[in-house]
Amino acid sequence: MAQETTYYKPEDLKKFGNIGEFEPDLAKKFFDYYGSVFADGALSAKEKSLIALAVAHVVQCPYCIDAYTTDTLEKGATEEQLWEAIHVGAAIRSGSTLVHSVQALNKVKELGV
Amino acid sequence: MKSLLARGSELASSKEQLKILTEVSEKLNLPSFSAKLKEAGLFPLRPTGVDILQVNVGKLCNQTCRHCHVDAGPDRREIMTRETMQECLVALATPGVTTLDITGGAPEMNPNFRWFVEEASKFGKKIMIRCNLTILLAGEKYRDLPEFFAEHKVEVVSSLPYFQKRRTDAQRGEGVFDRSIEALRKLNSLGYGIANSGLVLNLVYNPVGAFLAGGQSTLENDFKKELKQVHDVQFNSLFALTNMPISRFLESLLENGNIDAYLEKLVTAFNPVAATGVMCRNTLSVGWDGSLYDCDFNQMLDMKIEGTVSKISEFNKSVLDSREILLHQHCYGCTAGAGSSCGGSIA
Repeated sequence: MAQETTYYKPEDLKKFGNIGEFEPDLAKKFFDYYGSVFADGALSAKEKSLIALAVAHVVQCPYCIDAYTTDTLEKGATEEQLWEAIHVGAAIRSGSTLVHSVQALNKVKELGV
Repeated sequence: MKSLLARGSELASSKEQLKILTEVSEKLNLPSFSAKLKEAGLFPLRPTGVDILQVNVGKLCNQTCRHCHVDAGPDRREIMTRETMQECLVALATPGVTTLDITGGAPEMNPNFRWFVEEASKFGKKIMIRCNLTILLAGEKYRDLPEFFAEHKVEVVSSLPYFQKRRTDAQRGEGVFDRSIEALRKLNSLGYGIANSGLVLNLVYNPVGAFLAGGQSTLENDFKKELKQVHDVQFNSLFALTNMPISRFLESLLENGNIDAYLEKLVTAFNPVAATGVMCRNTLSVGWDGSLYDCDFNQMLDMKIEGTVSKISEFNKSVLDSREILLHQHCYGCTAGAGSSCGGSIA
């Protein structure tokens, strides 16, 4: 698909900081929080970046996938670590689909099938 | 792979490289590096003093790495003569000059390399050699180099772009990782990289791709853990370096369409704290023909130092200490994020 025909534009990622144009106080609070979340803590910044990469795939955010693929590489992650993180996201996503099938199972039984 | 020069590439010309950096900066409306330093109150940039003499003894190399800022390779013929080395030794003897940092190419391939180290070691100053590791296995002529380094207490600084084979070989050539590990084991066996041995072995990491080097200490921990556990190899410190958007790395940025994003990223990541500690402030770079530069990158861009002293034969520390350092857009590479120097992160 040509770039002009999609809502997602890679160059928009660089404009993320502009979200405070009309509401600077809340944006500042968000970015301060965001920065604190990703700082080294009980988890290393690299581990947090790998979690972010997995979540980026689950929520299917193209901006986040671009940003955290680069970020994990910058933090020295291996290709194996990147793909294991992505598979963790995929496993949770598929698991969360399948665990709902218990409800379907219950309903089937409730209906006397 | 041949060097840019041997391939007749336009990028072999330093003028062409500077033109591209200027054009991309103008297209993206990026501030000049000088303007950025002015904002930070650091312009004009002046040395803190010539402490380190970094001597590039030639562009001849046994490898042709994809990111090489020197455009070095087996096809390059530029090589420093013994006479020019002698002039470097006179400069090294100057009080206040503490370190000789020998680089290339593969500096060991200069026919006068051992003589240079032997003579330099008589001054009792620190001697560093930028060794690509594989040269230590490149034939009988080089096999005893580790012992030679140890005998003269030379600090070995070796490139190893990653602790895994795939990325290292992608950047430096097929088989380079395995041979590097073998060379590192040999250096370890002599005490290099082993705590309290007195023999220092530092590794240099640079990203294998169009991204910046992240936290040096995290990377060092990863390298130490992986190299010890998987390959039984040890080293002292890891220096994380940013790839400069010049020469063969510039070529790869242009080829894969990353030049705009990379340059923009370097500018966005400008760190004034890193800018105060850039290596050009305490280092003088000497070219294979004795010409003087503010750093090895300026050398490859043919940006000779300003002022009355232009050759190592005219070395005058007080004149050089007060010179103005020449700047261009590639300088953003040394001031991005935690900064980058021949000794790794700055800030």
